[in-house]
Amino acid sequence: MASTDLRDRRPLSPHLQIYRPNLTMMMSILHRITGAALYFALLLGIWWLVALASGPEYFAFVNGIFGSWFGLLVLFGATYALFHHMMGGIRHLIWDAGRAFTVPAAEHMAWMSLALAAGLTVLVFMAGWLAA
Amino acid sequence: MGRGFQTPLRRARGSGSAHEGTGHFLAQRITAVFSILLAAFVMVLAVVLAGSDYDTARAVAGNPFVATGLLATAATFVYHMMIGMQVIIEDYVHGALARPLLLAANVLFCGLVFVLSALAIAKIAFGA
Repeated sequence: MASTDLRDRRPLSPHLQIYRPNLTMMMSILHRITGAALYFALLLGIWWLVALASGPEYFAFVNGIFGSWFGLLVLFGATYALFHHMMGGIRHLIWDAGRAFTVPAAEHMAWMSLALAAGLTVLVFMAGWLAA
Repeated sequence: MGRGFQTPLRRARGSGSAHEGTGHFLAQRITAVFSILLAAFVMVLAVVLAGSDYDTARAVAGNPFVATGLLATAATFVYHMMIGMQVIIEDYVHGALARPLLLAANVLFCGLVFVLSALAIAKIAFGA
C-alpha cells in the first residue's frame, strides 16, 4: 500500500500516448463516457417519476423545465447517449458471441452504431413532437 | 475427503488475483440484454406521454403493467450502472482511501436512486 512502492508508479495500459486515435478506439472511449453520463441522466427520469408522484403543481413545474429549450437539449443529449450506449452494447454482445473480430467488420459496426444511434434519437423526438 | 475428490473448477475458484469469478461479467451482459428491451419500453412510453396532462400521465404510469415495467427498468438500469461505475472506479482510482470510499459511495448512490424510484412508482401505482 505504500506509495513509494514501484507498483503504484508503473504505467497503466499503453493506450493514449502510444496509439494514434482511430474509430474503434474512439467508440470504446465514447461507450464508457456515455455509460458514465447515463449514470447521472437516469436522475432525469427519476425526477419525472417523483414529480408525477408528487402532484399536479410540481409535475407542471418539472414538465416546464423539461419542455424548455435547455431541457429539450439535455433530454436530446441523454437520449442520444442512451442509444449510443445501447448500440455499443449490442456490438459488445456480438463480440462476446465470438463474431465480427476483423478490423473491417469492427469499423463497419462502429459506423452502423453511430448512424443508428443518431437515427433512433431523431425518430424518438419526431414521434414525441407529433404525439404532443 | 482429499483434494483428489474435488473437481478442477473447485480448486481453481477464488485463486485468481480478484478472488472471485465472472459474476459481474455475466450480470453486466444479462442486464444489458434486458436493458435493450426496457429502454425501448421507456422510449415508447415517453413518446406516448409527450405533452399529456397530469391525470393522463398518472393513469398510464399507474397501470399495473406499465408500473411493473417501470420498476423492472429502474432495477435493471440501476444494477447495470452500479457494476459499470464500479469498473470505472477500479480502473482509474488507486488511492488507498479514495478507492474504497468511491466504491462505497457508488453502492450508496445507486441504492438510494433505486429506493427513490421504487417509492415514486409505488405511489403512482397505488394512487396515494
